[in-house]
Amino acid sequence: MSTGWRHHVELVGALVGKEFRVRYRSSLLGVLWSLLNPVCFALVLYVAFRPVLHAPTDDYVAFLLAGLFPWQWFANTVSSAPAVYLSNATLVKRTALPRVLLPVASASNHLLHFVVALCAAVPALLLTGHRPAAIWLLGIPLLLLLQGAVCLGLALTLSALNVVLRDLEHLTLVLLNLTFFMTPTLYSEELVPAKLRLLFAVNPMYHLVPLWRHLILEGRLEVAALGGASACAAAALALGLLVHRRLEARLAEGL
Amino acid sequence: MPRASDPIVEFRGVSKSYVLHGPPLGLKHTLLHLQAVVREARSRPAFTALDGIDFTVERGECFGVFGPNGSGKSTLLALAAGALRPTRGEVIVRGHVCPLLETGAGFHGDLTGRENALLNGMILGLSRRQARERLEGIRAFADIGSFFDEPLRTWSAGMVARLGFGVAVHTEPDVLLVDEVLAVGDEAFQERCLHHIDALRRRGTTLLIVSHDSRLLARHCNRVLRLRGGKVEALGPPDEAWHPSFAAADG
Repeated sequence: MSTGWRHHVELVGALVGKEFRVRYRSSLLGVLWSLLNPVCFALVLYVAFRPVLHAPTDDYVAFLLAGLFPWQWFANTVSSAPAVYLSNATLVKRTALPRVLLPVASASNHLLHFVVALCAAVPALLLTGHRPAAIWLLGIPLLLLLQGAVCLGLALTLSALNVVLRDLEHLTLVLLNLTFFMTPTLYSEELVPAKLRLLFAVNPMYHLVPLWRHLILEGRLEVAALGGASACAAAALALGLLVHRRLEARLAEGL
Repeated sequence: MPRASDPIVEFRGVSKSYVLHGPPLGLKHTLLHLQAVVREARSRPAFTALDGIDFTVERGECFGVFGPNGSGKSTLLALAAGALRPTRGEVIVRGHVCPLLETGAGFHGDLTGRENALLNGMILGLSRRQARERLEGIRAFADIGSFFDEPLRTWSAGMVARLGFGVAVHTEPDVLLVDEVLAVGDEAFQERCLHHIDALRRRGTTLLIVSHDSRLLARHCNRVLRLRGGKVEALGPPDEAWHPSFAAADG
């Protein structure tokens, strides 16, 4: 019987594969939806902001897209996290499957979607005159790691906590909406009033969205924002591990 | 190292209590009455599902657990599967345990039989390679023809149950845990399962069967543990376990 890490990694792979298949099996465009979702969202926002509100930046579509892709990754992870254990109740109640693999698989699944979307977005960027920068080789893995840690931490927290406090899945959606407007996706981060910056800084995406945008569009890695993002990543991961560890033994009873 | 003479399953003074939560309070109530909620949470009554259970199962036994609804059978099985941890005492299993999940549990309707079999085999402890290698065996066991490569939602309940049984059997467990699963299939399916259970037993697999069907247990098990209210009421070969109140215990 194969035990230990290798088996766990294989299992996460199999669970992610299942999510992928289930999600796209009966849809015509399949995995393209990973790409189309943020693109459509960007178009909606473009239509709303360009003519009506007079968007501030010239290159507004690229500006929106560079922020929306990472935002969607974050939002998809967070909004699906509370349901992770509820939709796998039987496995938790009846088998010794290490619980933590379920939120890890869910977070990995969303990471994978983002990577697919990112790969597809690069040719589009080239068409609009942006050039790949050498710093991407360092910046992209680094930001993937930081945002991955944020997402994993929140997935661990929300999946376990929602078993004992079911209201969380509704609350999550409300907070996610709030977070969206506290994230410089539609606007540039300079527009955040100075006295609100400290408050906004608890939002991991406040750091990460501008980081992605500067990296992708300008080939710039902002060291100051990296600090904030790292702090958020560490905090989210610590919270996730703590909460999950605390509640792990009660999951089978709470479902 | 476990020795062959050690019992394969051992429950030592095992108790399991659940904290009773009452109806879910919800956030609004929790926030509005925070103090009262916290006070209540500290003094919540506990429900003891199992109370000081002691027994051992030897290798190759077919061990039945019998009891009315709510006597703690499923809790006992979940403890043996490692899904629950005991509140007190110790559960020792010396080998690979595989729960036989109720029909279709853990399966996904949009995946084919093949995909489900692979995933479930891995969830139940096989490596990817092992799961692939045993796929043919599972397919032959389930015996559902071309449906094997169709999504599960197009299958009949009986076909799904056959696949579930096939996967569990092919993880080659040392201990197979069987909950009331057998109750779902038709008579032919039950017979088939029981036939395979007997075959497994001949190959040395230990079986832990939970049921409220005393006749089924009497027919297949060499020993039966009778539970009532979370305590051991009787333990021994079927004729002893039900002696002298076979009928009365059937409540």
